[in-house]
Amino acid sequence: MDGRPPLRYSAAFPPETIHEIQRAAAEGIYEIRGFGAKRRLPSFDDLVLLGASISRYPLEGYREKCATDVVIGARFAKKPIHLKIPVTIAGMSFGALSATAKTALGRAATAMGTTTTTGDGGMTDEEREASSLLVYQVLPSRYGLNPRDLRRCDAIEVVVGQGAKPGGGGMLLGQKITERIAGMRVLPAGIDQRSACRHPDWTGPDDLAIKIQELREITDWQKPIYVKVAAARPRYDVQLSVKSGADAIVLDGMQGGTGATQDVFIENVGIPTLPALREAVEALQELDMHRKVPLIVSGGIRSGADVAKALAMGADAVSIGTAALIALDCNRPIHVGDYAALGTAPGACHHCQTGRCPVGIATQDPALEARLDVDAAARRVRNFLSTMVLEAQTLARACGKSHLHNLEPEDLAALTVEAAAMAGVPLAGTSWIPGR
Amino acid sequence: MCGIVGLFLKNAALRPDLGRLLARMLVEMGDRGPDSAGFAVYRRPAPEGSVKMTLFHPDPAHDWAGLAAGFALALECSASAERRGSHAVLTASVEEAPARAWIAARHAEVRVMGFGRRIEVFKDMGGPEEVARRFDLAGMDGTHALGHTRMATESAVTTEHSHPFAVGSELCLVHNGSLSNHNRLRRNLARAGIRFDTDNDSEVAAGYFAHRLQQGDSLADAMRAGLDDLDGFYTFAVGTRDGFAVLRDPVACKPAILAETDDWVAMGSEWKAIAPLPGAAGARVWEPEPATVYAWGAA
Amino acid sequence: MITVDLEAATVRELNQRLHDLPPDTNETAWTIVNPGGRHALLAGLTQPVSITVEGHVGYYCAGMNEAADIVIDGHAGVGVAENIMSGTVRVRGNASQAAGASGHGGLLVVEGDASARCGISMKGVDIVVGGSVGHMSAFMAQAGRLVVCGDAGGDLGDSLYEAVIYVQGQVASLGADCEEQPMEDADRAAVADLLARAGIAGDPARFRRYGSARRLYHFHVDHADAY
Repeated sequence: MDGRPPLRYSAAFPPETIHEIQRAAAEGIYEIRGFGAKRRLPSFDDLVLLGASISRYPLEGYREKCATDVVIGARFAKKPIHLKIPVTIAGMSFGALSATAKTALGRAATAMGTTTTTGDGGMTDEEREASSLLVYQVLPSRYGLNPRDLRRCDAIEVVVGQGAKPGGGGMLLGQKITERIAGMRVLPAGIDQRSACRHPDWTGPDDLAIKIQELREITDWQKPIYVKVAAARPRYDVQLSVKSGADAIVLDGMQGGTGATQDVFIENVGIPTLPALREAVEALQELDMHRKVPLIVSGGIRSGADVAKALAMGADAVSIGTAALIALDCNRPIHVGDYAALGTAPGACHHCQTGRCPVGIATQDPALEARLDVDAAARRVRNFLSTMVLEAQTLARACGKSHLHNLEPEDLAALTVEAAAMAGVPLAGTSWIPGR
Repeated sequence: MCGIVGLFLKNAALRPDLGRLLARMLVEMGDRGPDSAGFAVYRRPAPEGSVKMTLFHPDPAHDWAGLAAGFALALECSASAERRGSHAVLTASVEEAPARAWIAARHAEVRVMGFGRRIEVFKDMGGPEEVARRFDLAGMDGTHALGHTRMATESAVTTEHSHPFAVGSELCLVHNGSLSNHNRLRRNLARAGIRFDTDNDSEVAAGYFAHRLQQGDSLADAMRAGLDDLDGFYTFAVGTRDGFAVLRDPVACKPAILAETDDWVAMGSEWKAIAPLPGAAGARVWEPEPATVYAWGAA
Repeated sequence: MITVDLEAATVRELNQRLHDLPPDTNETAWTIVNPGGRHALLAGLTQPVSITVEGHVGYYCAGMNEAADIVIDGHAGVGVAENIMSGTVRVRGNASQAAGASGHGGLLVVEGDASARCGISMKGVDIVVGGSVGHMSAFMAQAGRLVVCGDAGGDLGDSLYEAVIYVQGQVASLGADCEEQPMEDADRAAVADLLARAGIAGDPARFRRYGSARRLYHFHVDHADAY
């Protein structure tokens, strides 16, 4: 102790708030950044699984099977998708990500028997080639949308919203709009691209139903059609997606990542994945459509534990974006000087929007992109997916399940009152579900 | 989120066919609104000084004759009730205000779906074909009619949540779209004495217009004021004593088509609602401009 | 000439039949009768066939068209020729909202009026409208040309990128970042060519040109009121 009083920081104006006010005062515009919500949120971490003992019997770890397959699109599509694992790779654009990163994700997903997804900007030949099962997004911007790619994809995802920004449109800042990306999007190179928040030719479920009919007609009713919504009012959105004729629903919670969005949007709009999932499952059950219209949930999924808990709550599969990028190398402590040049450090980097990704993932700079070795990167994502599935199986077997889908909400307990209320499972040690 | 149809007959010779024509229009909008359907038909005016009220009770066997007898006795007037599906049209030789007050006081479980001298309003859960059959829409004559098929967005699927909503005497409203500020507006209107039966956004629009009319606005003025006060997306159609009025929000994403021949004026969310009408192929067809009130008859 | 009656055949059957046509098909001339406002008619065609629809069509007629030449002898619903890639789509009556939305190529002709958001998000298609267009036409339009022989509604060309708009009549108002630009010889030649291809009479000299002021291409504090 040197005798000086300890510094006392304001709770209302902590250093980061002071910095943000002064940054806004200097620049006059909101902060745009990548990554997902950084604030603390109730999550799957607040739930635990109830393993078997005497009242229930567990399955042996390696010898007794715990199946992981899931079929998506059997409602209307002639060619449903058969996933070997209930973990898919979420939509991330070529533009936000480098071609190498997209290829690595595709190869990993192919090796694991699951899907990758295009993004705002269209489909590249590289990702089609790398991905044996590719979901093609139809977004409000319609960048790169064309009938050839619609026919050569394996499923179509009509994107209504993204968990990082429910109600907002896409962004890609000029640094990342190279000639190739500008060409795919039919935009001038180097401009700050803002894409639309609503589709240009439909608004609302009645018109969405007609849009889905058109997409089915163009593809001769072969492809599963997903509807992706951001978690804000999932009860309504899920039911309206079903009524509009979706084969599957993708629900993206507020922890979902982004390549570039206003920070104020990322941190303040939407609801976390946990309560969104419960509302969505209840909405499907009300329509007697649970397990009939598959529900794929995303936003902050990081481990096999998250997979097991999400499936126990009623999801049919999960989708990962940020976690897959981290498996690729995002935020790895290499090229530390480049992180410093961005004003950040490994572990805290969210500078996808700059295009100066130190590890060559969220960039269009050839020199940076070369830092990502595609074979090694694909292997890492494959290893990560494999680990997630092994973890989920381990947990499911401990609960006596021979298929991941047989996990139930009753296999869960909550560690906090908040999580109990949001997930609709009892607080551990009680039979109390707040609000019921 | 829904389908809207409207038909105003200029040629009196078509009046016996009004219900049959509207039913065909309504069925075409079934895909847009599979949850429930409803319609308002303007027909057979009650004599001056009398009122027609369309009433609904959840019990399909409700004793409407008994209600009419009690009504006549209490208000010292003549009153008769004609059952039509789960609804009944009560015609009585009294003014509107005491008639509605008596129903509200003595039969709180009975909903007044519409009131005036001409208007009759029927609505129920189910697709338009089924709902039209339940109420024998095809057998109804009249001068003009509005219809609605509903795909519920946020509020429940019930008979009460179905459209049309009564706005005021001889007035009803149907809506395609979704309002974004209806909750606060409902609270403000409730404080001003407007009664709401549901949490439905469209009912708030109906209540808003009813309130403006009570304050002395013409319907057209009320609708223009709505452009400032009702936020969100909408195509509204309002049935009036002798026509109907149409308004789209300033962004105008929700569809609307108007068509006119020498025999009729029709409105629909899509052309296929209008296509079954006689002479439709040769009709003058256009789309209402955003933020513009269109009205036929005395709006 | 092959005639398909949509009172007898379903939209699905018709579209499948057209999708199954081989590149060397000799079934190149079609007439569709009784369309009755049905949706997704002739969506996703890929062969250079000529099709006339006798009557009014619903949403997304000729959506994502490639190579086919389609005439709608009636009115068209929302999103006619949305995301058109090539070929020609002609509407003899009026077109509803979002005509030619996000179209990449080819030609869309509306002989009557087109309503709101005509050419929204267009990405290379050429659109010629004989009558007027509604509000927010060419919203966020990226490439291609929109020729309007009549008037244009409010907020024309809002958030415009590199598409070019030519209007002969009155413009109710311009949207954010849309400005009137000088009409050069090349513009008059372009309008003359498009009118000729559309078969619509008009005097290119009477058209005015509107394009992007490119002030919103980069985020800037002084443009905040335009975002």
